[in-house]
Amino acid sequence: MRYLMIVATDPDHSVEDAARAPSIETWSEQVTASGAWVMGERLRPTSDATTVRVRNGELLITDGPFTESKEWIAGFDILDCADLDAAIEIAASHPMAFTGRLELRPFWPFDEN
Amino acid sequence: MGEAAAPALTAALSTALTEALTSERLRIVANLIRVTRDWELAEDCVQDAAERALARWPTDGIPDNPAAWLTTTARRRALDVLRRRHVEAEKLHEIEALAPSQASPAEPEDPGPYGDDRLRLLFACCHPALPLAGRVALTLKTVAGLSTREIARAFLVSEATMSQRLLRTRTKIEHSGIGFRIPEPHRLRDRVGAVLAVIYLLFNEGYAATEGPYLRDELAEEAIRLADLLASLLPDDDEVLGLRALLLLQHSRSAARMSVAGDLLTMEEQDRGLWDREQIAAGLASLAAARSTGRPQGFYRLQAEIAALHATAATPEATDWARIVVGYDALLEHRASPVVALNRAAAIGFRDGPEAGLAALDAGIADSPLVPAVRADLFRRSGRFAEAAAAYHEAIARAGTDAERRQLQRRLDELTNLS
Repeated sequence: MRYLMIVATDPDHSVEDAARAPSIETWSEQVTASGAWVMGERLRPTSDATTVRVRNGELLITDGPFTESKEWIAGFDILDCADLDAAIEIAASHPMAFTGRLELRPFWPFDEN
Repeated sequence: MGEAAAPALTAALSTALTEALTSERLRIVANLIRVTRDWELAEDCVQDAAERALARWPTDGIPDNPAAWLTTTARRRALDVLRRRHVEAEKLHEIEALAPSQASPAEPEDPGPYGDDRLRLLFACCHPALPLAGRVALTLKTVAGLSTREIARAFLVSEATMSQRLLRTRTKIEHSGIGFRIPEPHRLRDRVGAVLAVIYLLFNEGYAATEGPYLRDELAEEAIRLADLLASLLPDDDEVLGLRALLLLQHSRSAARMSVAGDLLTMEEQDRGLWDREQIAAGLASLAAARSTGRPQGFYRLQAEIAALHATAATPEATDWARIVVGYDALLEHRASPVVALNRAAAIGFRDGPEAGLAALDAGIADSPLVPAVRADLFRRSGRFAEAAAAYHEAIARAGTDAERRQLQRRLDELTNLS
């Protein structure tokens, strides 16, 4: 199964949590070796974001993210795992699990309602 | 089901079917879910097999091994349905290989506790990625085998609502990729804990409902059956044994908790002769087994220790309140909760007198609807009747069920007669 792992910030964590976080290099080596990692990127901050809509046939371009909140999406990874538990293990060893929060979203195949 | 066959239905046949379903239903459902990943199909096939039994057994006679007959019939039904769906041959072979041999239906491959599909099913139903209400409902439906209507009634929602809840939960399992497997060893304790939490919640809803009828024995009894099953699958897990002990010890008072008039009775007021000695003995044995694992006391065993002190007190006066307070101290240290702090204050009231209990209550316990009832009782016992009456009024206003309100009102009336 493929999952989009959304890596989000979360101000609600302690200094001790941050100290417990493993390094991203360790995580990266592990997931690459296991074959579960398909791709992933870090994202520039929401101040660099552009939101696009078309309404009444008019293109609307606005500065900033699609939703304003204290948490924002800092990156993403695409994982290919046997099941949710395997994806959870990968998420749980990501440094941002300790200082942010990770959301696992299964892919929705196009041939499925 | 099978009303047409009813006239020919003998008691022996009905007993044989019930026994076979009790022993094999869960195993058949769990096996079929593992292989087909189709929860509805698995349940439907067992239902279908039971209906066929009702139709066939009156003429064919009860088979030598009813459980094996059910397993085979359910498996054939699954094969038929899947063939019609053009499922690939490999999967069909896997299902064919599923059924235990006719000779020993109760002993399939015996792959040890962690190889048991029933355990896999429990882990899937109680996965922390599922909403809690969905976990409870799905466990009752698939593991305990209750009908959607029964579960809806137990949780005071419509059958349509419960049906939706079950569907959403099964859909999340499928779509999010929740596997049908035993968790990794380093996650096992947490995940067993998640299963225990569902059973504990189920029991509490039956033992002291938050709304509607206060006591719902059928839920409590279902929770005990699930705890029994889990204890049979994981016989060395101290918290599984601890929870089982706790539930048995609490439920042993079931027959004594309500007066003939239908009023809830406190433990002091209960006729201890009505306490179920067999359940107490089974609970104490389970607790002893939990202790003998040598593991540090967990959340459920700590509560079972307290329940055991109540269950073994011949009279209210003989209750060992000193050890009960120590038990609550340990429980608070393990997992702080307002309800535990409140029970501890009440226990101190019995150990050191009501004024000490009131002092413990004032020492900082988060407000909850249960606080005024405990406060009222402590005031009453220390002779501060006016304050007790005010607290009973507040407790009555905040009680969630009629049974609690009547109990509190009765206490208030007694107080008015006294003063």
